[in-house]
Amino acid sequence: MTQAQVQEKANIPAEIEEPGIRKWWEYFTFNTDHKVIGIQYLVSTFIFYCIGGVMADLVRTELRTPEVDFVTPEVYNSLFTLHATIMIFLWIVPAGAGFTNYVLPLMIGAKDMAFPRLNALAFWIIPPAGLMLIASLVVGDAPDAGWTSYPPLSLVTGQVGEGIWIMSVLLLGTSSILGAINFIVTLLKMRAPGIGFHQLPLFCWAAFATSALVLLSTPVLAAGLILLAFDLLAGTTFFNPTGGGDPVVYQHMFWFYSHPAVYIMILPFFGVISEVIPVHSRKPIFGYKAIAYSSLAISFLGLIVWAHHMFTSGIPGWLRMFFMITTMIIAVPTGIKIFSWLGTLWGGKLHLERPALLFAIGFVGTFVIGGISGVMLAAVPFDIHVHDTYFVVAHLHYVLFGGSVLGIYAAFYHWFPKMTGRMLNEFWGQVHFAFTIIGLNMTFLPMHKLGMMGMNRRIAQYDPQFTFLNEICTYGSYILAVSTFPFIINVIWSWMYGPKAGNNPWNALTLEWMTASPPAFENFDKPPVLATGPYDYGLENAREGVPLSDAEPILSAGTNSVLRANPDEPYPAIAAETDER
Amino acid sequence: MKIPSSIWTLLIGILLTLVSLWYGQNHDLLPKAASDEASLVDGLFNTMMTVSVGIFLVVEGVLIYTIIKYRRRAGDDKDGLPVHGNVPLEILWTAIPAIIVIGISVYSFDVYNEMGGFNPHAVHEAPMTPQAMKMPGAAIAATLTDTPASTKPNLNQEKSDEAMQDPATAAVRNADQIPQKQNAPGVGSVAPTIGPTPDKEGKPPALTVNVTGLQYAWIFTYPETSVTSGELHVPVGREVQINMTANDVIHAFWVPEFRLKQDAIPGRQSEIRFTPSKEGTYALICAELCGPYHGAMRSQVVVEKPETFAAWMKEQQVASNETLNQAIAVNPAELSPADFLAPHTHNMGIQPEILHQIHN
Ligand code: HEM
Ligand SMILES: [Cu+2]
Ligand SMILES: [Cu+2]
Repeated sequence: MTQAQVQEKANIPAEIEEPGIRKWWEYFTFNTDHKVIGIQYLVSTFIFYCIGGVMADLVRTELRTPEVDFVTPEVYNSLFTLHATIMIFLWIVPAGAGFTNYVLPLMIGAKDMAFPRLNALAFWIIPPAGLMLIASLVVGDAPDAGWTSYPPLSLVTGQVGEGIWIMSVLLLGTSSILGAINFIVTLLKMRAPGIGFHQLPLFCWAAFATSALVLLSTPVLAAGLILLAFDLLAGTTFFNPTGGGDPVVYQHMFWFYSHPAVYIMILPFFGVISEVIPVHSRKPIFGYKAIAYSSLAISFLGLIVWAHHMFTSGIPGWLRMFFMITTMIIAVPTGIKIFSWLGTLWGGKLHLERPALLFAIGFVGTFVIGGISGVMLAAVPFDIHVHDTYFVVAHLHYVLFGGSVLGIYAAFYHWFPKMTGRMLNEFWGQVHFAFTIIGLNMTFLPMHKLGMMGMNRRIAQYDPQFTFLNEICTYGSYILAVSTFPFIINVIWSWMYGPKAGNNPWNALTLEWMTASPPAFENFDKPPVLATGPYDYGLENAREGVPLSDAEPILSAGTNSVLRANPDEPYPAIAAETDER
Repeated sequence: MKIPSSIWTLLIGILLTLVSLWYGQNHDLLPKAASDEASLVDGLFNTMMTVSVGIFLVVEGVLIYTIIKYRRRAGDDKDGLPVHGNVPLEILWTAIPAIIVIGISVYSFDVYNEMGGFNPHAVHEAPMTPQAMKMPGAAIAATLTDTPASTKPNLNQEKSDEAMQDPATAAVRNADQIPQKQNAPGVGSVAPTIGPTPDKEGKPPALTVNVTGLQYAWIFTYPETSVTSGELHVPVGREVQINMTANDVIHAFWVPEFRLKQDAIPGRQSEIRFTPSKEGTYALICAELCGPYHGAMRSQVVVEKPETFAAWMKEQQVASNETLNQAIAVNPAELSPADFLAPHTHNMGIQPEILHQIHN
């Protein structure tokens, strides 16, 4: 019997005729089922991604030539401001929350989130906030001070657009705080019996680390934005130098959130990769504890590095050194993760035909470039040269696109069968992957050189000597735009007509696969039981002479020894809560 | 014959090292270095590039190797080996990045110090310089310290005041004056600084230039001669100190060939000191988003022989006053942005057509 069979036998999956939600319109209602909310998050954030992506291509079209010939400079500035705001606050951050919503309760054997109504509220804040932001482009006074919105520029560029931007980002921040509270309480209080922290799938660790960061840092952004709104609308001078205010204070408050925000955007997908790689390469995750604790380490260090965004603004010399060192240290836990994933792939049986694994490998391969350029940026003397140039734009896209977005795609391909009960087409997934990787590197690789040679960021016109590399970037971005079509069509078609997936198409071991696809309301028809660890692949065909392994002691103790929970124990005490609903 | 894997590892290791070393020196990714500071930064960058190429090749190499070697063969439905971890290996790959980043940190620290960046001395010596006291709006500062007020005029402030007479600046600034604070930790403000290099510490710079950024131009004043100019001229091989501030929004002073960048922040003064080392004309670029025409905010730095510089200075002493008068005589509020920008942009490689396109 394989480990997957062992685990499935312990949890004979629910046999439900029409599992999950029954009617398509339930996705448009104030549903409190975490699975419905998860899909609401994912679909709406993907729509925002497409809008942000169109803006990116407009930006790139303008940059195809050195002259300003496609849009006016004002519109150009609004485009990249909205592009960045949408990508960050309406795509990556909420998409992470969407996956967490869907799989976290399933992974820990809970019936739902701890606060289902709060959960629905957290989601329903997002669409109006996003629509408001995009509408500002149509009413003709779009925000155009960059997604960082530094005063005094943001105070002199137009009150309406800037006011809308502040309001919208405040709402989105509120939404992520509400989500984070829910994730933390759910993780702490609603685990099924027998699931200690060390039996949690790594995605849950990542979700925990992310939520902690959200709770600690988002309120500071809110405070900064509220003060900025006072300056903008009420004429105070917290940040306005004309009245003695200090614009640099805003930068501190802004980056105290927005640096952690990049970890809020990447940690969940570190978690995803730690789920996808073991399943599809049929090997236990290498260094479970190292990966788990490195998430927490990143989360903690993430809070004390913000001023590396301000090396050239107004911080004293010695302080630059402090932030350089804390930033450099983050490379260590990040390196641990990368090497552990490589260790997991090593010696596996890689199902390379599956897009989920392809995207996960693509993630490791591209993210590492962003990570390396990140260490370079931490070195103060070099950062002074390349800060606010295309080198930074390249770095950030290698992390956010080559990291987060590839991670999102890996997660989509991995959990789609669970969410919809149907399989995605593998061939079109491979096409999607190929186009994405080519487009991604073609768009962003040349930007490194552009930045170092002297192209500053956020400009609509540039020195003609940079034309050639910019053309490559622009054509790359068109390839990226094209790359989403196979995905979109694949998802829509497969959702309606794809082959039935069954409960556990990947033979995975984590609990979300131990129930119907899609899972019924309240997830499991009886309390789930852990018969194996989350990553015990291959234990039954362990050969002698296993290299590098402490696998033997686990084997000799018998597969079920550590983790088997007592199935007769009562289901976690959420009965009262669910009765209420 | 089967070659043992340790030999393979050794060979691959040597090859990787050679490739990394070669690329680290021959990447051609930076423009030429034209200041003493730039050569230091380039040394650091080349080292980081060498290490980075090594890490990059190792990671991508392992990925490609696993993809080829460990892909699932058709019909093989077994699982891989159940390897959960390996403590010595995990310690090793924690230690390697740790050692690398410590190395890079120490090297960066050293370069930064050589450039004159790590200059705690200045902060201790001047907890609050007199300018802070004399500035409008600095009344709070007066109650916080008993440092006597200086009699030296704040030239940068004067320059700002002058530029503020310009209605175009006033329109975007929407106020009449921005109080300037320099090095006033008492009120939470420290001038961001790249100071003198350690060997020049305590000595005054050979040349001081005050720089004011405003949408969308740079104004340079030479306090010793009161010359005002739209482009920066400096003699080669002499240490220059730039005192900068901004009139309206944040701008950033960047000369890629000098590898130096510093924000010019309204309400604060920042300073950088550097020594240009190669004659030539370099682009001076505003690197901080400062409005729609941010991309057009460029000027140039001319590094020339001391004699040529002296001659230029003489010429300017006569000419600059005239230009300034002219500039104030036309009311920029009535000009289109293209015309307003024209005097600032005509000789910095931006074609008038571009400017026209900007405003269509
Ligand atoms: C379709 C692929 C994308 C393309 C072609 C693209 C292109 C660009 C370009 C050209 C800029 C620089 C604008 C400028 O400096 O003038 C930019 C900025 C930015 N992009 Fe993207 N981008 C893409 C996807 C993403 C994604 C997925 C994210 C995820 C968060 C993202 C986040 C950002 C951010 C934060 C900035 C900085 C904006 C600023 O400087 O204010 N982009 N993008
Ligand atoms: Cu500027
Ligand atoms: Cu600018």
